[in-house]
Amino acid sequence: MTATRTAYKWVGTRPVRHDGLDKVTGRARFGADFATAGMLHGAVLRSPHAHARIRSIDVSEALAVSGVKAIITGADLPELDDNQVEGGEGNATYRDLSRNILARDKVLYEGHAVAAVAATTLRVAEQAAQLIRVEYQVLAPVLTIEEAMADDAPLLHDDLFTSGLDSPPKEPSNIAARHVTSRGDPDAAWEEADLVVEREYFTKAVHQGYIEPHAVVAQIGEDGKGTVWGSSQGHFVIRTLTANVLGWDPGDMKFIPAEIGGGFGGKTTIYLEPLAALLSRRTGRPVKMVMTRHEVFRATGPTSGTWMKVKMGARKDGKLVAAQAWMAYEAGAFPGSPVGLGVMGIFACYDIPNVYLEGYDVVVNKPKVAAYRAPGAPMVGFAAESVIDELAEQLRIDPVEIRLRNAVAEGVRAVYGPKYRKIGLVETLETARDHPHYSAPLGPWQGRGVASGWWMNYGGETSATVNINSDGTAVVMSGCPDIGGSRASLAQMAAEELGIDVHRIEPVVADTHSIGYNDLTGGSRVTFAVGMAVVSAARELIEDMCSRAARMWDVPPEEVEWVEGRAQSVSGAFPPLTLEELAAGSARTGGPLSATNTVNPRGVGVAFSTQICDVEVDPETGRVTILRYTVAQDAGRAIHPDYVEGQMQGGVVQGIGWALNEEYIFDGDGVMENPGFLDYRMPVASDLPMIDTVIVEVPNPEHPYGVRGVGEVGIVPPLGAVANAVYAATGKRIQELPMSPVKVLEALSSG
Amino acid sequence: MKYQAPTSIEEAVALLSSDPGARVFAGATDLIPQFQGGRPEPSMLVDLKGVPQTGVLECQNGYWRVGAAVPAARLTSHRELVSAFPGLVEGTSLIGSDQIQGRATLGGNLCNASPAADSVPPLVALGATAVIVGAAGRRSVPVSEIVIGPGATSLHHAEFITEFRIPVPARGCSDAYERFIPRTEMDIAVVGAAARIRLDDQGRCRDATVVLGAVAPTVAEVSAAAEILRGRQLAEAPNCKAFWEELGEAAVASCNPIDDKRGTVQFRRRVAAVLARRTVATAARRAKEAI
Ligand SMILES: Cc1cc2nc3c(=O)[nH]c(=O)nc-3n(C[C@H](O)[C@H](O)[C@H](O)COP(=O)(O)OP(=O)(O)OC[C@H]3O[C@@H](n4cnc5c(N)ncnc54)[C@H](O)[C@@H]3O)c2cc1C
Repeated sequence: MTATRTAYKWVGTRPVRHDGLDKVTGRARFGADFATAGMLHGAVLRSPHAHARIRSIDVSEALAVSGVKAIITGADLPELDDNQVEGGEGNATYRDLSRNILARDKVLYEGHAVAAVAATTLRVAEQAAQLIRVEYQVLAPVLTIEEAMADDAPLLHDDLFTSGLDSPPKEPSNIAARHVTSRGDPDAAWEEADLVVEREYFTKAVHQGYIEPHAVVAQIGEDGKGTVWGSSQGHFVIRTLTANVLGWDPGDMKFIPAEIGGGFGGKTTIYLEPLAALLSRRTGRPVKMVMTRHEVFRATGPTSGTWMKVKMGARKDGKLVAAQAWMAYEAGAFPGSPVGLGVMGIFACYDIPNVYLEGYDVVVNKPKVAAYRAPGAPMVGFAAESVIDELAEQLRIDPVEIRLRNAVAEGVRAVYGPKYRKIGLVETLETARDHPHYSAPLGPWQGRGVASGWWMNYGGETSATVNINSDGTAVVMSGCPDIGGSRASLAQMAAEELGIDVHRIEPVVADTHSIGYNDLTGGSRVTFAVGMAVVSAARELIEDMCSRAARMWDVPPEEVEWVEGRAQSVSGAFPPLTLEELAAGSARTGGPLSATNTVNPRGVGVAFSTQICDVEVDPETGRVTILRYTVAQDAGRAIHPDYVEGQMQGGVVQGIGWALNEEYIFDGDGVMENPGFLDYRMPVASDLPMIDTVIVEVPNPEHPYGVRGVGEVGIVPPLGAVANAVYAATGKRIQELPMSPVKVLEALSSG
Repeated sequence: MKYQAPTSIEEAVALLSSDPGARVFAGATDLIPQFQGGRPEPSMLVDLKGVPQTGVLECQNGYWRVGAAVPAARLTSHRELVSAFPGLVEGTSLIGSDQIQGRATLGGNLCNASPAADSVPPLVALGATAVIVGAAGRRSVPVSEIVIGPGATSLHHAEFITEFRIPVPARGCSDAYERFIPRTEMDIAVVGAAARIRLDDQGRCRDATVVLGAVAPTVAEVSAAAEILRGRQLAEAPNCKAFWEELGEAAVASCNPIDDKRGTVQFRRRVAAVLARRTVATAARRAKEAI
């Protein structure tokens, strides 16, 4: 399969998305929209303490409340062993996953679920939950990496022994793992550097901030079989995790996906699903559970706060000779931060001969982290891109130019192992350099920053089916929830292959009983991997239809070709057969027209993005305003440019929020102080200018249409780009996010 | 929770007197989020919007009557009110989003008693009084005396505000309000500052009131402002002239802020000085046009 064709009828166009009308008219059904007869409502009792031992739980008073049908606690879940969860995006063992769903002997963060109640109304469930008596022995919370790594730190888990050390530790600690990667000899290479910059950086835990809270309805029968409705980033994986946490068989439950109101990685794991399923099993009635926004913030995955030390050395000409980084990531209450991806990503944009990287996965009394758009990469991007900016400035080299001099390209070996295939970092840098934005004038207290970013992207197990209806329309079925416009893109690729109008194709996300297994919607994989399966299925269908035509005409199959939605005889001896005709007559030619393809693709296209940010800083208040922002990102090929641009813009906006104002704020006891959108300050529309996008297309040769994932890399550069812009505007390098007005004003008044 | 919608002051007072757990509301944009956040619910909610006096909006005998339950959207689209009190309308227009604007009221903003309420500094700067009714009858109280601390007012049970009375601005008089938030909207003031400035015919400051929000348990008046500004030419951007510095220092001296998730003591003090200057300059520019 190679990307040879360049002129397309549907690929690269901007048709109205198939799910668009339902979404703008409010007809689309999201997680919480589902209801069924006889339904009970569930509520969760959560820990008020960040760190405490559970002495006892007494549910008797709550159970006695009229309308309460069942209450479950950690003791109702089977004890699981340390097997690693597979298929999910976060790292966890089943033992920890189970304890995150319902605490057992200890609560490890404020908001940790302790019990769940099912009752006839939500109000009764909530009130009964408050009547559950939990006796806690409150322990000192561990809230920062520094505290957690200290020798005398209180332990979250007294059986946690650091993995990855040179010799196995004798004592437990809060450090779950150490990851080391190196190449060359950095210690010797510093000598070759004309300039070495070494800095320290901090970032805070931030939330994915999806607008739709987690929601689920489960209906499990006496035979243990049932149906679960809900929104997630992958109902097959959610089903497996739910079943395994409950000790059930995944095949016993049908998971029906709802429309999803954002996930950004945060809906790749389970919270409510096992609770609703078990409560339903216990009561014999459907159980609905919906989180409040407070619960979403307090109990679902933020991504890690981090502490990083980075050292880079360059020659006078800007060539990087050595780089070293020490990174520690908060995992939250249980091991499994994305620090390994931070280690992979920190210098992935640059060809550096001597590198030493060390990453630490550290548990703290905060919610267990979950995947968030390019997990682990934005934070290290902040650190590395800030240091490179300093190198460029001190060496008097243009910041885009220094990146070009070190940029990775095809054939270069990535720090994390493989050789890069065809990639587009250089093209994004050149695009940024040549963009009018890059040379536009700036006023006083304004500054410009640039940064680049990497994301590896993912392939994953995939199935897709293409069915032709008797009227010649088609249904494209995938098993990956559509979080970014993937249905439209899949339909476009199918339209291109089949040669029919994209709106004669209905793309659907099928439930777990209607299509083969699919990994998560994650790793920017759907348009790439599911696209491959759809294209293969469509081609198989075309082959089938051509051979049916050949039989009807009694000619060898090579005598038939598929052109613009019709089977044509090469010799011209027969009038062509349209898709409609073939569909209408399929009963006589071998039965329904349908093809399924499964794939676990290789050849994932690595993505790069280069971004230019202009800010203005109010010197009297420290307020940072984003004036102008341009993104150049390699999409491989943009199947539906609107949704590629949307992903680029969305990633940037989330990155800007991370850079400027978003953070989890805790009081001294570890209670989150801002579990709502009022004080968890994501950017609002009026905060931002239009984010300008330039789609760079360096086709991925491993994909039939040249696709590489586009969903994640956009969030990697903004932290560094904004920080570099703030420096350019103020002369102050802020090494701790978020760059809130308080912090900027402090920096402005120092020295 | 019972819901009641009286249509007269007497009915409302009777309902409130009948139940010590009763509570009035207007837009409920503070109350509902508070219930959702776990605050106890009252036994009875008394909706004031049906009481006609709470919906007045008119200019009469030298003062404006602004009903306590008039939604923000009505105030911000009222041409004469906007030109009479641009600062008050500015503060009111900052409350929430379009949806919130359709419900939020001045009575609710004041009686919720948040130190950060955006319409309160301008109301105080304008010398507004609140008309209060209750079982003991009617009384008028300066708005500055209603809030006595975060979440606490001087109203007695079964009392509520029907309307605000604001003196019609004199010739050469105008007002302004500005707040600091890290974002551009949907946020709570970290610091707010209102100014009412009166200029003489030569454009010199004749009188000034500067009131700060979110820097103390209740709004804080910069009592030295009038003295510092009197006789000054104000209608230019704050510059390095000494009196602007003095105004900033006086603003800092009037603050008694706290460190919290929205800002530090140090930050609030510095920004109070900045906003006091900026808002005085804006009010003075407007006042000049009103000479
Ligand atoms: C999304 C959102 C954004 C917001 N943004 C802002 C903002 O930017 N700035 C800001 O200042 N506020 C903001 N608020 C808070 C709120 O909208 C305002 O305080 C609003 O003015 C309250 O008016 P209300 O009529 O809705 O009050 P209600 O909720 O009806 O009442 C609030 C309190 O006042 C009492 N009360 C109401 N009317 C009277 C009366 N006439 N007499 C006596 N007591 C009375 C009630 O008993 C209650 O205690 C926001 C709220 C939301 C939900």
